[in-house]
Amino acid sequence: MSIDIETAARVAKLARISVEEDALPALAQEFSNILGFIEQLNEVDVEGVEPMVSVEPMRLKRRKDGVTDGGMQDKVLANAPDAREGFFAVPKVVE
Amino acid sequence: MTDLTKLKISEARDALRKGDVSSVDLTEACLAAIDKADALGAFVHKTPEIAMAQAKSADARIKAGDAPDLCGIPLGIKDLFCTKGVPSQAASAILNGFKPEYESTVTSQLFDAGAVMLGKLNMDEFAMGSSNETSTYGNAINPWRRGNDDTALTPGGSSGGSASAVAADLCLGATGTDTGGSIRQPAAFTGITGIKPTYGRCSRWGIVAFASSLDQAGPMTKDVRDAAIMLEAMCGHDPKDSTSADLAVPNFEAMLTGDIKGKVIGIPREYRMDGMPDEIEALWSEGRKMLEDAGATIKDISLPHTKYALPTYYVIAPAEASSNLARYDGVRYGHRAKLAQGDGITEMYEKTRAEGFGPEVQRRVMVGTYVLSAGFYDAYYNRARKVRTLIKRDFEEVFAQGVDAILTPATPSSAFELGKQHTDPVEMYLNDVFTVTVNLAGLPGIAVPTGLDSQGLPLGLQLIGRPWEEGDLLNTAYALEQAAGFVAKPTQWW
Repeated sequence: MSIDIETAARVAKLARISVEEDALPALAQEFSNILGFIEQLNEVDVEGVEPMVSVEPMRLKRRKDGVTDGGMQDKVLANAPDAREGFFAVPKVVE
Repeated sequence: MTDLTKLKISEARDALRKGDVSSVDLTEACLAAIDKADALGAFVHKTPEIAMAQAKSADARIKAGDAPDLCGIPLGIKDLFCTKGVPSQAASAILNGFKPEYESTVTSQLFDAGAVMLGKLNMDEFAMGSSNETSTYGNAINPWRRGNDDTALTPGGSSGGSASAVAADLCLGATGTDTGGSIRQPAAFTGITGIKPTYGRCSRWGIVAFASSLDQAGPMTKDVRDAAIMLEAMCGHDPKDSTSADLAVPNFEAMLTGDIKGKVIGIPREYRMDGMPDEIEALWSEGRKMLEDAGATIKDISLPHTKYALPTYYVIAPAEASSNLARYDGVRYGHRAKLAQGDGITEMYEKTRAEGFGPEVQRRVMVGTYVLSAGFYDAYYNRARKVRTLIKRDFEEVFAQGVDAILTPATPSSAFELGKQHTDPVEMYLNDVFTVTVNLAGLPGIAVPTGLDSQGLPLGLQLIGRPWEEGDLLNTAYALEQAAGFVAKPTQWW
């Protein structure tokens, strides 16, 4: 399957990665190569096969829905590129 | 005692307990070796102060008679593991400056057992790569060379720094992680041992996530005994990882008898690839003969969906990565791009991720985004999950026929030249052709060095075991190791 430039731009947008206009043709070509490789999977008869959910059959553990930790605002914010007054700071989101 | 850094974990443990050597001596020797080995690009964050403090308390603990196997043993830690207060950035620029406020479960367990951390080890960015060339720190270099030729070779990837450090005797062992072969391929390229345990054996908590249904941690060591010792300390149930198995961890070292009489070893015909070098073919036949001579029964088997493992992996791993890496948004940690006048939050995300992620990571995140997007989810992602079921079923069927372990080559070649395989990403993906099936099926796999190629570079074989039977697998690997008698070491040039 060949990926066109518009699709490459759409995927970049969905992935929230800015890609310069002039880099799109090469990106589209790379996607096409990778997807061409993946398309071998169409040869496999998967009729009636369950898609894998968990590689080892195990029931996920349950726990009480309770507060077990917290009260460490300073640690939570310690690595933030911009933190102010106890919050993560971001550019204006709402006009 | 000279050449302390050349000791194996088991030898150092015994010497420490006898009082022949102290952890401080061992640690100082390793730190000195590391400082002389910057040319290898293996250690990317050195932690001498932490190491010396840990070594001193280990010595006190040994004196007090309370010494687990790893007490006082200096190790290197892959940069993918979060280590409290120490840079942990998965070799990515997007995590520049990130110092976790917490410790990963695996490193906590190692440090609780008294292990010493020498520093953080180089790797491919977010563990995406097979040559350690996608790292923001630059390449890690293989200590092995082709005879007198000084061409820089890859140590493999993604755990390239771990492999290089262990092979060059900069540390006694190292942690690695393996999503498609990232422990076993670099181990094979550097003449060391590396095991990826069954999915769920080691907690993934605090390990930077790449593809959560495939990622497993494991040890990279100088021999099989050391792998057994270190693996035992890394394993165990962790309530903080819902996929971690609530199973007892056996004493793996005690299971190393070398007796494999009556074991059935499968040789899968689908692993005989077109264009496979004769040397790999020969190595594989020799391994088969060695196990047969040790009393195992050899059985030719078929794993019919093998050829679909790589394409399956290159749907599932990017899909999971695109979801896992969504968290790198410039808000909570790491890099944030400088914004222009009028830029809003979307521009912040887009610029931050374009600057912070390298080309291979961007490629995989976008491929993952595509295969999960509306209209393609069934055609790609669900189909790949169905093929994954079939790949696992292939293994279940041969195990049901009484096969105890499967012998395959670990890699399709020996270590290759750095900077050579860049034109086509798919070509690089082929490095994982023998290892990736094991991750898709959740099985334990181990790479053991068994020979040298005509250029004097190490080659390894892989053994694949039944789920949760790492002890039995390690014992088969031990028998193979004994028979192969691989003792070659790289000549020091760094």
